[in-house]
Amino acid sequence: MEPLEIVNRLKSKYLNEIADVSEFRDQVFVSVNRQRISDICTFLHDDPDIYMDYLVDLCGVDYPDRQFRYEVVYNLYSIKHKHRLMLKALIPAENPSVDSVVPIWAGANWHEREACDMYGIVFNGHPDLRRILMPDDWEGYPLRKDYPLKGPADTEYKGFEELKDLHSHDSEWNIR
Amino acid sequence: MEDTNIDSRKNNSRVKEKELTLSMGPQHPATHGVLRLVLDLDGETIVKCTPYVGYLHRGVEKLAENRNYMQVLPLTDRLDYISSMSNNLGYCVAVEKLFGIEVPERTEYIRTIVGEMSRIANHLLWLATHALDVGAMTVFLYCFREREAILDLFERLCGARLTVTYPRIGGLKNDVDPKWLEDVYAFTSEFPMRVKQYETLINKNRIWLQRTKGIGVISAQEAINWGMSGPALRGSGVPYDVRKVTRYGVYDKVKWEVCTGKNGDVYDRYRVRMDEFLQSNSIIRQCIDQIPEGPIMADAPKYTLPAKDKVLTDMEHLIHHFVLITKGPQTAPEGELYVATEVPKGELGFFFVSDGTGKPYRMRVRSPSFVHVSVLPTLCEGELIADIIANIGSIDIVLGECDR
Repeated sequence: MEPLEIVNRLKSKYLNEIADVSEFRDQVFVSVNRQRISDICTFLHDDPDIYMDYLVDLCGVDYPDRQFRYEVVYNLYSIKHKHRLMLKALIPAENPSVDSVVPIWAGANWHEREACDMYGIVFNGHPDLRRILMPDDWEGYPLRKDYPLKGPADTEYKGFEELKDLHSHDSEWNIR
Repeated sequence: MEDTNIDSRKNNSRVKEKELTLSMGPQHPATHGVLRLVLDLDGETIVKCTPYVGYLHRGVEKLAENRNYMQVLPLTDRLDYISSMSNNLGYCVAVEKLFGIEVPERTEYIRTIVGEMSRIANHLLWLATHALDVGAMTVFLYCFREREAILDLFERLCGARLTVTYPRIGGLKNDVDPKWLEDVYAFTSEFPMRVKQYETLINKNRIWLQRTKGIGVISAQEAINWGMSGPALRGSGVPYDVRKVTRYGVYDKVKWEVCTGKNGDVYDRYRVRMDEFLQSNSIIRQCIDQIPEGPIMADAPKYTLPAKDKVLTDMEHLIHHFVLITKGPQTAPEGELYVATEVPKGELGFFFVSDGTGKPYRMRVRSPSFVHVSVLPTLCEGELIADIIANIGSIDIVLGECDR
């Protein structure tokens, strides 16, 4: 099925949820409201003609100047029908949260953890939402656009400070 | 302590008493990098496995947002450092699709050749370490002999063995010379015989069979649901290969088949990779037979670097080179695009959000290893602790790519 056909199917069912449809180099992006994301995903996964059985990727994007600051991009593919659709959930800056799609695609588990780790987006109903790439006690969300590249100025990572205390008596370490 | 494990499993109340938590890694030779697994054990059976990743996190995605498209290329070498050529190719193909560049035919052929060489080199290292982990030391030494040969060929081609950075956006760093192609051809004539040699070492080895058959079984449906890709997915019998569904390289001009397994266990994943050796070998041979003459850089001066000899002799080209390297292409189209390529470990995808400046607004790396590590608990829970080694080997992970 052509991606735009899928969008029409989606429109006929969830017209009020769809905020925007865009196309770039034959790839179709559908932006939807975040409230009914798990219904939409269930529909896309279960409908026999669409059958998006493969969640290729899930990631966050940050647009500080937009009304909806964050986007969660669901990269859906059907191995059976060989078609792709990019779904985007629009998420506001205050209380950034969206329903988890782990019940639909088990593979979303770590991708959602990473999006939470990097952007601070909370996935409701996620079975194990912890930081994944950054240390557990890390402060801030590194991939947000307002997070400086070299980390917050004049602050050392807490774990490193603890390490310095631990080895303060140890002349061989010689950390100042 | 005289109780056997089997006895303790029958009695539930005593199971709890005996549960043991074991932290495996981050420094453990069989975890292929810095992966830490916290295992809850009942005797030797794994009750729960929790992977901890992130020890190699270098923030490639954040770095990419602050570098231009040309400067991101060397970062991709450091994702999957076992087969960096494939990662470079994946990045270049993605950026070219974003910019709308068509690369010349000769380049497509050379890229396919080096891509498949990199697949062979990766699978050789995989077979070597996987067999070593499971206890077959000899295979390790034989595999490294051939891997060295490929790395030497890479060195002759571009000067580097591991972090090659050979492809460029819109083309390649340099053309190949006929002698090099001859030597690759000579390698491929000999290689199928080598594969047979490895197989004689382990195919009928009872220990190998016992440790791989029926271990870490995952069904096709589950594997798809988890988002597995590459040989790990094909081992479960799903004939999904990005090379067949996305157009890049010359995979549509040569004859080859997608190798699949049936049972989705460690053994089938091993078989898939062994079959891929021969497929890749045949692809390289066909490419060398068909390779046409022609330019190696695309005719898109706004996006591609000028030839080095012109940069060194001509002022305009020098300025052009300087601007592209320091500021990036200033006419990049605005848009979002996901492009995937089949790297040896699975589907490597780059998702770009471009805002029209020389830098990617957002670059997402969809790495196969990250997904495969997340499947690890499903594969090994309920099995013996010794099997976790076989499982880690069979999904072929590299933590540099997992943690990015």
